[in-house]
Amino acid sequence: MLEVNHINSFYGKAHVLRDLSLDVPRGKVVALLGRNGAGKSTTMKSIMQLVRPQSGSVMFQGQQITGLLPHKVAKMGIGYVPEDRRIFTDLTVSENLVVGQQPPREGAVTWTEDMLFDLFPNLAERRNNRGKALSGGEQQMLTIARTLMGNPLFVLLDEPSEGVAPVIVEQMARVIQQLKSEGLTVLLSEQNLHFAQAVADMAVIIESGERAFHGTLAELNAQPEVRDAFLAA
Amino acid sequence: MEFFVAQILTGLANASSLFLVACGLSLIFGVTRIVNFAHGSLYMLGAYIGLTLMETLPGHVGFWGSILLAGIAVGLIGVVIEMLVLRPVYRAPELFQLVATFGVILVIQDLALMIWGPEDQLGPRAPGLRGVFRIMGEPIPKYDIVLLIITPIIALALWYMMARTRLGVLVRAATQDREMVGALGVNQAWLFTGVFALGSALAGLGGALQLPKGGADLLMDFTILTPVFVVVVIGGMGSLPGAYLAAIIISVLNVFGVTYIPQSTLVLMFLVMIVVLMIRPYGLFGREEVAGEHGQVGEPEEPIKPASRQTRLIVAAGLVLLALLPLIGSNFALVLSTDILIFCLFAASLHFLLGLGGMVSFGHAAYYGGGAYVAALLVTWTNTPMELAFLLAPFGAGLAAIIIGWVCLRLTGVYFAMLTLAFAQLLWSLVWQWQDVTGGDDGLVNIWPSDWLNNNTAFFYFALLFSVGGILVLRHVAHSPFGYALRAARDSQRQAEATGIDTQRVKLLAFTFAGFMGGLAGALFVFSKGSVFPNELEIVRSFDALIVVFLGGVKTLAGGVVGAAFFKGVEDILTRFEYWRLVMGLLIIFVVVVAPEGIVGSLRRAARRIGLGKEQPS
Repeated sequence: MLEVNHINSFYGKAHVLRDLSLDVPRGKVVALLGRNGAGKSTTMKSIMQLVRPQSGSVMFQGQQITGLLPHKVAKMGIGYVPEDRRIFTDLTVSENLVVGQQPPREGAVTWTEDMLFDLFPNLAERRNNRGKALSGGEQQMLTIARTLMGNPLFVLLDEPSEGVAPVIVEQMARVIQQLKSEGLTVLLSEQNLHFAQAVADMAVIIESGERAFHGTLAELNAQPEVRDAFLAA
Repeated sequence: MEFFVAQILTGLANASSLFLVACGLSLIFGVTRIVNFAHGSLYMLGAYIGLTLMETLPGHVGFWGSILLAGIAVGLIGVVIEMLVLRPVYRAPELFQLVATFGVILVIQDLALMIWGPEDQLGPRAPGLRGVFRIMGEPIPKYDIVLLIITPIIALALWYMMARTRLGVLVRAATQDREMVGALGVNQAWLFTGVFALGSALAGLGGALQLPKGGADLLMDFTILTPVFVVVVIGGMGSLPGAYLAAIIISVLNVFGVTYIPQSTLVLMFLVMIVVLMIRPYGLFGREEVAGEHGQVGEPEEPIKPASRQTRLIVAAGLVLLALLPLIGSNFALVLSTDILIFCLFAASLHFLLGLGGMVSFGHAAYYGGGAYVAALLVTWTNTPMELAFLLAPFGAGLAAIIIGWVCLRLTGVYFAMLTLAFAQLLWSLVWQWQDVTGGDDGLVNIWPSDWLNNNTAFFYFALLFSVGGILVLRHVAHSPFGYALRAARDSQRQAEATGIDTQRVKLLAFTFAGFMGGLAGALFVFSKGSVFPNELEIVRSFDALIVVFLGGVKTLAGGVVGAAFFKGVEDILTRFEYWRLVMGLLIIFVVVVAPEGIVGSLRRAARRIGLGKEQPS
């Protein structure tokens, strides 16, 4: 569904992604693993075109999306959940969802506010609270819910387990499994290997902006030396 | 008591246009982060277009229809401005866009002059609302009462739109994090255009609504701009209720001011603003600015370097040529060159503050005009010899800068800019209204240099010495440890503090130093012209400097000087033509669009592209 071919991305003069390629098949959850600063978030942003790769291409459903504006990328059915959440803290929970709202899309679930409140019951109680009043876990749920309001075919999920309580991490894992069962394709960046193993079918490891491993999770588990070399314990 | 109520009602009615224009400006700033200097011009267009429509459309329907149509027309003009002028420069460094809006002001000024002529036009009375109502025995114009009723209705409608519609939600979301809104599939370009159109329409509506109370003239663009800035800042950038409340406060205050202390009405407004910002740094309903946290634009900056051998040689050759000018040039060339030199020093002092210190001052004329007035006042009232007055002037300006800087540096970003503007306007109003001492509008005259300098050639060398000397000192400081500390404080205040730099102190010193140098330029100016008038302290003078610094290139050391020299020269040629503002405005817009890094930055890039100059190591 998504193909990243040999992209090179820069922040100013810093070369962050080096000739990176990866593949996300339809209906799968692919975990993008790597240490802090390895380039996971930049990969997400390069797919979303929030960072423009200087070379290489990103294809979505066979169409070239490199060079498009981020809103066009979103319109094609790619949802982006940023690492730092970036919810609109002055807006209420419901208003945050309104911002994410997009017309129904063929082949994707058409989400409504009520469906999302079923998925994240904590948010239902807080629908009229402003974003800044939410806890870290609630903010994380809201940022995912907001992206789902766009009825995406494919979601970029940047470190959903970061900085939230273990009980919320478990809930996140269940949500991702449910979304997957409904046909959503996911690229998930993670530092938490246990979380990735709970939800992902395949893994890509990046180190210093280069791909160090790709394969199924079973293959990764069969190579503990790879796992230990590139991931924090 | 009756009189008191009547005063308040008049104030409330006056608040109407002010509120409409201010909330338009506030909306536009909130979403696009553009301080639209041209907002007063849109207000002026609303008035003129409304007037023309009212002359053709008859009766009640014609009158109110004209107001509505004027709003719509100005909204459409806003769309054109946004798409042609602003859209190409959204990715330019922050605040660069305001230069483009300044170009728009000039263009609109001349277009209005061409279409409607130079005479002030009286607005028609609203049909059926010619007389007065008696309220507690006091006469209140009927139209005022209508305004009193309409304004809250418009305010409520706007509030409803912002609070309850998807468009309003998107606007508020974009105010906070427009990049994220884009990543969620909203076309920002469309949102920006929409908001700009709405804000423009509100300004046009404000212009047309005030017609029966005022009229239309070519100065109203700048006349409204200052109170509108004040209202937006007092209310809090981006807050509608804030803008409404602040418009009422300022208007009511103004009505009472005119009655009780007519000499100080202008000063009053700025005093209120300063007091409010001292207590609530982000205005009554504003919130702390988080600009730059997300969606930062522009490439990382190249570090500045000492001039290369090549550059030094070119500059030295230029200086030799300048020094030979009295032998080869005409008298006129000498006077013009003196003007340019002075303006270069003024621009370099602002560039120091803005480029190296990251402090965007909208009121740098305070120190330039301030220096000029210090010298002029000393000469006029104490018969101080010219040489002494000249030396004391920069210290006077520096003293003003210490005080103003100390207050302003509590704020950052656009609030800082607005507060510096307020102080500059405060000084200007003081000079304007304190006639006994400053001569008011008549200025101070007969401020000539001593005999040994009192000819064009001698004064040219004098100006050359101090301008070039001043600019070299500014450059030298940029490369000194203090300059490093200043740039550290600009780029990362926290990190600079963690390394032991007292950033507030460094910034205040820089602010004072820039004020001192601005004052030096002002002192040169007053003795070159022999007189000084309040317009040297005016908002336009501050903008002049701001424009040339941005157009020259904020991020290059030579930017201010090159921009100043270029534009002063161009201005001299252009002002010989009738519609020079139009050409100047278009030129400014053109430079902004094709050279978003400023003249120096873009030339450097072009030179690198064709293989000249050193390639940056990557």
